[in-house]
Amino acid sequence: MEAAIAPAVAAFHVTKKFPGVIANEDVTFDVRVGEVHALLGENGAGKTTLSNILTGLYRPDSGWIEVSGEKADFQSPRDAIAAGIGMVHQHFRLIPTFSVAENIALGSAHDPIGGRFNLSEIEERILALSESFDLAVDPRAKVWQLSVGEQQRVEIIKVLYRDARVLIMDEPTAVLTPVESEVLASTLQAMARSGRSVVFISHKLGEVASIADRVTVLRDGRAVDTVTENSVTALASLMVGRDVETVKRSTEATTHRVAPDAPRVLEIDNLNALGDRGLTALDGVSLSVRAGEIVGVAGVAGNGQRELVEILAGLRRSSSGTVLVDGESLENGSTRHPIRLGVSYVPQDRMGTGLAPDLTIAENMALKKYRRPPVSRPPFIRQTVIDAEGRELMEKFDVRAPSETTPTRRLSGGNVQKVLLSREMSGDPKALVIASPTQGLDVGAVATVHQLLLDASASGVGILLVSEDLDEVLALSHRIAVIYEGRILDVIDRDDADVHRIGLLMGGEMEESA
Amino acid sequence: MRGFGFRLEPRSDLPKWLPWAVPVGSFLAALVVGAIVLGVTGQNPFSVYARIVDRAFLSEGAFSGTLVSATPLLFTGLCAAVAFRIGFFNIGGEGQFVMGAIFGSGIALKLGADVPGVFAVAAMVVFGAVGGGLWGLIPGILKARFRTNEIITSLMLNYIAAVIATYLIFDSNSFWRELSGSGAVFPKGKVIPTVAWWPKLDLGSVIIPFGFLLGMVIAGWLSVLQRKTRFGFEMRVVGGAPTTARYAGMKPTRLIIVVAALSGALAGIGGATDIGNVRHILDPKGLQQSGFGYAGIVVAALARLNPVAVVFVAILLGGITNAGYALRGPDFPSGLVGVLQGLILFCTLGGEVLARYRITRSTRVSDVETALESA
Repeated sequence: MEAAIAPAVAAFHVTKKFPGVIANEDVTFDVRVGEVHALLGENGAGKTTLSNILTGLYRPDSGWIEVSGEKADFQSPRDAIAAGIGMVHQHFRLIPTFSVAENIALGSAHDPIGGRFNLSEIEERILALSESFDLAVDPRAKVWQLSVGEQQRVEIIKVLYRDARVLIMDEPTAVLTPVESEVLASTLQAMARSGRSVVFISHKLGEVASIADRVTVLRDGRAVDTVTENSVTALASLMVGRDVETVKRSTEATTHRVAPDAPRVLEIDNLNALGDRGLTALDGVSLSVRAGEIVGVAGVAGNGQRELVEILAGLRRSSSGTVLVDGESLENGSTRHPIRLGVSYVPQDRMGTGLAPDLTIAENMALKKYRRPPVSRPPFIRQTVIDAEGRELMEKFDVRAPSETTPTRRLSGGNVQKVLLSREMSGDPKALVIASPTQGLDVGAVATVHQLLLDASASGVGILLVSEDLDEVLALSHRIAVIYEGRILDVIDRDDADVHRIGLLMGGEMEESA
Repeated sequence: MRGFGFRLEPRSDLPKWLPWAVPVGSFLAALVVGAIVLGVTGQNPFSVYARIVDRAFLSEGAFSGTLVSATPLLFTGLCAAVAFRIGFFNIGGEGQFVMGAIFGSGIALKLGADVPGVFAVAAMVVFGAVGGGLWGLIPGILKARFRTNEIITSLMLNYIAAVIATYLIFDSNSFWRELSGSGAVFPKGKVIPTVAWWPKLDLGSVIIPFGFLLGMVIAGWLSVLQRKTRFGFEMRVVGGAPTTARYAGMKPTRLIIVVAALSGALAGIGGATDIGNVRHILDPKGLQQSGFGYAGIVVAALARLNPVAVVFVAILLGGITNAGYALRGPDFPSGLVGVLQGLILFCTLGGEVLARYRITRSTRVSDVETALESA
């Protein structure tokens, strides 16, 4: 390094562990003055943890941070702000009933506690900032009136207002429309030209390649490399970190073939839906699953997977399109109909959506059959039947707990998933929709869950497996569908699966000759 | 966050004795704090407590009086218990009680003196339930359909119900108001016909009012409903995990509406018992002073929302109320009963927090943040 100017901010050998997870391991990287620096990586690669360390929210277990060449020990986010590091979070932290100016003045260094705001002075400064960086906002507008893109601009101005030299942005384009994203890109470059530094966290390859001056790629908590690369292909292989030849398919031997004439148990046709923020989440998704087939949906989180599985479970309404279950049309937005038609669903949020934590294991196992005999004998439910069937399922699925009357909140992650699977796999389902089946589980539980899924498919259940874990999708699926921004970009047969290409597709890059 | 040396950490395990220890401990704590209040005001706490126990349970006819005081608390306690169980915080027991009293007295007056007593009493129960149920339905529908905060809507409806009752007796020549005799001078309600006065079960040493018997039966029914039926199963799931309930094919919004109406109906029957058992006229001032609806929240909390336990807690608090009436005089502060009830609620809620969480010293900012993020 011959650089005469010390980097704006740098991390040295930073390691941060959480119970059971190493979020960052020996990460070293630096952000130069006046550059847009991207942190690229899959979900769970450690990007957010690293940015939380840079902004003082976490302290590293080992390693250190330097700001302008001097060692910094942040005790809290306040220290980081004082050192000129500001963060724009993915989820905005604005007070909706306050005006833009009030939100920006709040908690800033100029905040006269107990005194009076000079709002017109604040508004003038905001206007000056918004002009010099092309960040159009009306300082007097109330935040609740603003669009998501405008709110983001307010967050950026808030950071600039506090004289930040380094601006960290966590997945800034996730909530933006394409046009807004382009405006943001030019704003970030303008800020870099003004001598500030921008750290830009993303998993979108194209975006990173076009905006960033340098890219640090994180994988499994480690900084793999820092490159000036702007070739999408090279970035993709760095991010995914595998070559075609090295793909492990440990369970391949046990994956059976699907009969080509097997009936389609799940047929999704041209499905469209809006997400929670009212933006398009699913854009004409068509996909089918045959009996006995595992179809994996690969993609980075937030590209429509959640909306897709929620529609199949009836928890969300689609705006158009159809879903056929074994030839029968699924009612839009009914949670009972999929249960009746034999669509099982194991949600990603197991405790919050799949289980009632205060109820017993046996009662949770009965959640989907309490309306039918033999559990139901209107108006009563038969606790003895619930308990007996619970005991049986616990044994069959090897759930480890003191008894069937143990509340599920006391179970470990692996056992929680087994309780869910035991419920969803009993009662002869036609299709099983499962989201992130092994997220947060230990190695032994992962193997058990994988084997259960393979057994279920061998017995003729069609499985839609949605997972951010590409290895898992590759190991289990007969076919792999890649989802990006609400569209299925391609469906690839497992025999033709090319990790390289899947990595590119996950990053939204379609036209690439292998 | 920094400088805040202690924090609450959820307990992963709740020991078996805890559900009993919390209310008992809270009650004792309230007595201790109450003793301090008494001592400061120049009373001897021991003699005051001894007199309360005597006048509530031991002396001649005291227990019969206690049951009369306990009856409205029993119903408003059930009202709160059943609603809180599904996470519907119905603070409107007060207004639902008043609406039950209006409807109950109205039907008794309408039927007149020429109907069989059984019929009159049954009609009062039904109309009381309908009056309170409709009043409870309003916050229920608002919550289920528009996600309004039921604490605020049900609380506001209490004031509206109180104003309606006042209007019927003081500000209009309504059907409920006595316009002849002394009523022409001092506004008051019509006395309901004696056939509609509720019977009492005389066991010699103790007299049990019909309303209390009815409340016990309903408490037993609610207990079975919650533990044994499909509806009760759904209540438990919706109360603890609403998202899961929806996922399992339940209809939480419908359940909330049904339970809101049920909860209101219970308080409404309480209002009817108050007319049938005790007052025999619609008395807006008296209802307002009693504050049965709010006391019912204390009852439900102390009973840990268990309907059967509500019966016993209602007797306990009814006893304190009854003793308060009996002891009121120059040497006994009349606000004491309210102070004690308030202390009991305060200690119960505090005890609940201590039971669910353990207090630990927080070490670092980052730990707190981690805990918050994973919460």
